Amino acid sequence: MNWHSLLNFSPDELVAIRLSLKVALWAVAISLPPGILVALILARARFFGRELLDVVVHLPLILPPVVTGYFLLLLFGRRGPLGHFFYQVFGITFAFRWTGAVLASAVVAFPLMVRAIRLSIEAVDRRLEDAAATLGAAPVWVFLTVTFPLILPGIIAGAILSFARSLGEFGATITFVSNIPGETQTLPTALYTFTQVPGGDEGALRLTLVSVVISAGALLISEFLARRVARKVSGL
Amino acid sequence: MSLELDVRHEFGTFTLEAKISAGEGLTALFGHSGSGKTTLVNIIGGLLRPQEGRVVVDGRVLVDTGRRIFLPKHRRRVGYIFQEPRLFPHLTVRQNLLYGRWFRHGKEGAQQLEQIVDLLGIEALLGRGPAHLSGGEKQRVAIGRALLANPQLLLMDEPLAALDEARKLEILPFLERLRDELKLPIVYVSHSMAEVARLATTVVLMEQGKVVAAGAVEDVLSRVDLPPLGTFRGTGALLEMSVAAHDEQYRLTTLNSAAGELHVPRLEQAVGARLRLRILARDVIVATTAPNDISALNSLKGHVAEIGPFHEGTVDVRLALRDESSLVARITRLSLDRLELKPGVEVYAVIKSAAVEGEGLAPRQAEIDTRALEL
Repeated sequence: MNWHSLLNFSPDELVAIRLSLKVALWAVAISLPPGILVALILARARFFGRELLDVVVHLPLILPPVVTGYFLLLLFGRRGPLGHFFYQVFGITFAFRWTGAVLASAVVAFPLMVRAIRLSIEAVDRRLEDAAATLGAAPVWVFLTVTFPLILPGIIAGAILSFARSLGEFGATITFVSNIPGETQTLPTALYTFTQVPGGDEGALRLTLVSVVISAGALLISEFLARRVARKVSGL
Repeated sequence: MSLELDVRHEFGTFTLEAKISAGEGLTALFGHSGSGKTTLVNIIGGLLRPQEGRVVVDGRVLVDTGRRIFLPKHRRRVGYIFQEPRLFPHLTVRQNLLYGRWFRHGKEGAQQLEQIVDLLGIEALLGRGPAHLSGGEKQRVAIGRALLANPQLLLMDEPLAALDEARKLEILPFLERLRDELKLPIVYVSHSMAEVARLATTVVLMEQGKVVAAGAVEDVLSRVDLPPLGTFRGTGALLEMSVAAHDEQYRLTTLNSAAGELHVPRLEQAVGARLRLRILARDVIVATTAPNDISALNSLKGHVAEIGPFHEGTVDVRLALRDESSLVARITRLSLDRLELKPGVEVYAVIKSAAVEGEGLAPRQAEIDTRALEL
């Protein structure tokens, strides 16, 4: 094997890498607001059906990803009830598009994000929130000025976790949006394709290395950020 | 500035039923833990919704269950100082202090930062984070933060309980200054008689959710008809006196008031300073003739005003002094009969100098002394 050729990315490979990053970033971005909201509800609200919500949120974590992907296909396919709605109202199509890859990644990574944020919300000393309220802060301001800064490390951890999970998403993605180069072919599916064709070893190895670099990089950045924010939040 | 409260709240087998009115100065809620003091303060602060009743501060209705009024806590303008400082860990001391002012921006009469920082002596801490402060410093910042939110009423729920004795002594003078310099009613929860005797203007005595006695601190502490407060700290009356002179040779300070003169171990306060002295009932001896040839230096003339109910072999007797202030003496029933004490009988109250507790004496030592006696 020629080690120099390890850096000779083919155009298709570069497209797959770029698409993977784009899909993962979008997946994190669209799942953050609902992730924080659901974590708040699960951590704080007491209502009938809370356990059911908890189970639904965690389903993608325990279901085989292929099952999740098939569910998405049924719901968000062109003729699925939700897919039809999004197409009619917003003109967004999910099936066999990169937007569908974003949706698949977001859904599969959602429980991880919610768990991380929920843990940090449960760790917040609610007596600080009472103190803020007696000082004149309305509930929204209590959240923005006290709760949010205190759970920021948890939000960062949740976002990075969900980014990494999105980057590795395979089963749900390939089931829901297939493996179309330039549209839905992400790093893992491209890698899978290489392993299925003769002479694909070199490409597979290249993509493996890229995966390792991106994942390790994300982890390092998250550790760094989390430590910095945690230090600032605890006032040390 | 005033607080009117009349509430009823039940949970489990506990019923809180209290009616209180408080004006300027410091109103102490005093009682055992579990007597409902904190519940009451939480109702005033809006942390707890009472099942029935009204809370009115300065004519502003905070709670009226009859009219379905319940003002949320952020709109009450009630400063709350908790047992723990509860500073925001992600903000600096300065940001903590200014937190409440931000929400009350533009409201008139707000205390100035410099003024409060000066009053509490926290200038040097402004740039630091709460994690780098001592317990006493944190509590002072918490007090400043509550004041800067421009409250109409200040609640303090055992603000000294979590501090060691040295830190308590560091905070007490600031609380006295708050009481005297700000025209702000303070409701102060405590189960320490030493704190109440030192700080309170008015006392509300609570037991099992009920108000047992309420009134000016001198009156309540000299009442002899209450169930024995001895379980708390020993019954003891308060005398207001001024420093008249210091005697360097014998290391004594002379105090006087219209009731007479007292000699106590040398105090720090300058001549002319006003002091509040707490004299325990068990430290007062009653004589029917002017005492001579005994080591106790102090005797104040007065008459028997009231004789309390018997407790086993002892009885508390309230003595009215020449200026109508009161002392309480705990004597045996045998002495009561031998001296033929009845209301109106002229007597001398003899007090051992070393027994006088004042603001100038370290409350800590006084506390230890009395505990030792109680054992």
